[in-house]
Amino acid sequence: MKIVVCVSHVPDTATKIKISADEKNIDSAGVSYVINPYDEFAIEEALKTKEKIGGEVYVVTIGNEAAKESLRKALAMGADEAIHLKYDGYLDSLNVAKNLAEEIKSLNSQLVFMGKQSIDFDNCVVPQMTAELLDYNSISVCVSFSLDGNKVTCEREIEGGKEVVESQLPIIVGAQKGLNEPRYASLKGIMAAKKKTIQEKNCTFTNNSVELIKIKKPASKNPGRILGTDVSVVPELVRLLREEAKAI
Amino acid sequence: MSNKILVFLEQRNGQIKKSSFEVASKGLELATKLNYEISFVTIGSEISNSSDLKEFGVSELVHLKNSNLSEYSSSAYTQLLKNFALENKATILLFSNTAMGKDLSPRLAVKLNAGVMSDLIALEISGTELIGTRPIYAGKALEEIKLVSDFKVLTLRPNVFKAEKRETASFSVNLKEIAEVDLSTKVVEIKKSSGKIDVAEADIIVSGGRGLKGPENFPLVEQLAEVLGAAVGASRAVVDAGWRSHSEQVGQTGKTVSPTLYFALGISGAIQHLAGMSTSKYIVAINKDKDAPIFSIADYGIVGDVLEILPVLTEEIKKIKS
Repeated sequence: MKIVVCVSHVPDTATKIKISADEKNIDSAGVSYVINPYDEFAIEEALKTKEKIGGEVYVVTIGNEAAKESLRKALAMGADEAIHLKYDGYLDSLNVAKNLAEEIKSLNSQLVFMGKQSIDFDNCVVPQMTAELLDYNSISVCVSFSLDGNKVTCEREIEGGKEVVESQLPIIVGAQKGLNEPRYASLKGIMAAKKKTIQEKNCTFTNNSVELIKIKKPASKNPGRILGTDVSVVPELVRLLREEAKAI
Repeated sequence: MSNKILVFLEQRNGQIKKSSFEVASKGLELATKLNYEISFVTIGSEISNSSDLKEFGVSELVHLKNSNLSEYSSSAYTQLLKNFALENKATILLFSNTAMGKDLSPRLAVKLNAGVMSDLIALEISGTELIGTRPIYAGKALEEIKLVSDFKVLTLRPNVFKAEKRETASFSVNLKEIAEVDLSTKVVEIKKSSGKIDVAEADIIVSGGRGLKGPENFPLVEQLAEVLGAAVGASRAVVDAGWRSHSEQVGQTGKTVSPTLYFALGISGAIQHLAGMSTSKYIVAINKDKDAPIFSIADYGIVGDVLEILPVLTEEIKKIKS
């Protein structure tokens, strides 16, 4: 069985975001890009599943030339094949999902893992959209996954607890932190990944349904008051929270 | 009038959620301004608090009922809402950006060939267009977007939009029994985390970090949370160290929150933490290091040992609460 993992290449969480002059993008100068953290859980789960039931792990990304680094990372962790859908520009979630769906269809994969969301645009919609386009089942925000024949059981995070969800293949699973502990790539894996051929394809673009008007900085908060340096100021803090902030 | 807004009201345990009242309110505001009709829909087996909607301006609730839907099923919900939207010619579909709303709305959007604006923190009308504002990079920036598709699916971040009271003359439930539902993906069990409030839904969050020194000191955080009726949060450092569960993590790769009051206790304020909580209305920081970045966004700060200050703070708040 072919197991597909979709990954994205995003600014590292420690990045300070600067907005470009045209307000349509972020200024990428000095930004270090990494594989989307949630995608590492997706890769790990795909590799674990392959170890149990056999098959090959295909990793797919959409992005510019630099996105290949994330494919290399997945290959170094143990993925078998990598496919790069080349696109440099703004694709909305539906366009991303359409391209991923096409690729999953051509690979005829019944089991797909993705990070629950990418930490750039934080939409948390691509796994579900891709599944709907393929008429596959989907379970989002998963913290556990098990496969028994065709039957899939996942726990998914909800407010104040977890849902145990039952479904079956074909399925797309959105990986949440807590699903597993992603393995580190071995030196051997890193070396082998460098030699592997990444298959390149072009993205198809249909009109975006989302139109970006502008990107802006959130209103900055003014630093407040340091009330003091020990317990003696606690009553004053409580008074301010009650009378000034009216928050307690 | 031919245009219609559909507001999806989420129920859990037969109770329509607080965040759904917020969405209902925003829906009514949009309907008035755009001169659209509006429908409110819920799905489930039993609903016990539907009459509460009356004082928020809802005059009719459509209840799509099936005895197998006491718990959520993405396949069934998507199919039911798609049919309802098409039959009622609803073109704007509003959801709360909850675990359920996030799961359901993208599938529905594809069924309707709609674009999605998710996790909105502001939604304005400009002419006849809806302009949404949403945090990106976990809140380090905001994007303003609009949808150009015929159908529009929107999800609103919980705790940001206000549920406004608007009395209506009457209220009724329009019960529609659904004979068959697609249960190919369904919830079979809910595992509750021991009766606690979730950080994503809380008005007050009390978060602890490395400054707590060890997991054994987290009960101090829990005690403060208890007297305040607050949720317990945690920094990534303590989650990664295994002190606390990931469901409590606030920040990028955790939850992005906007409560009325946020306590950062022994949290220095790494950029990925600040991104996730800087839109809180009031922020209290207690930290030993006077140069900690958390003080740059805190309304009230105490530079000191959180382990000494925390018990006193809990006692002081207990006093005024009693």
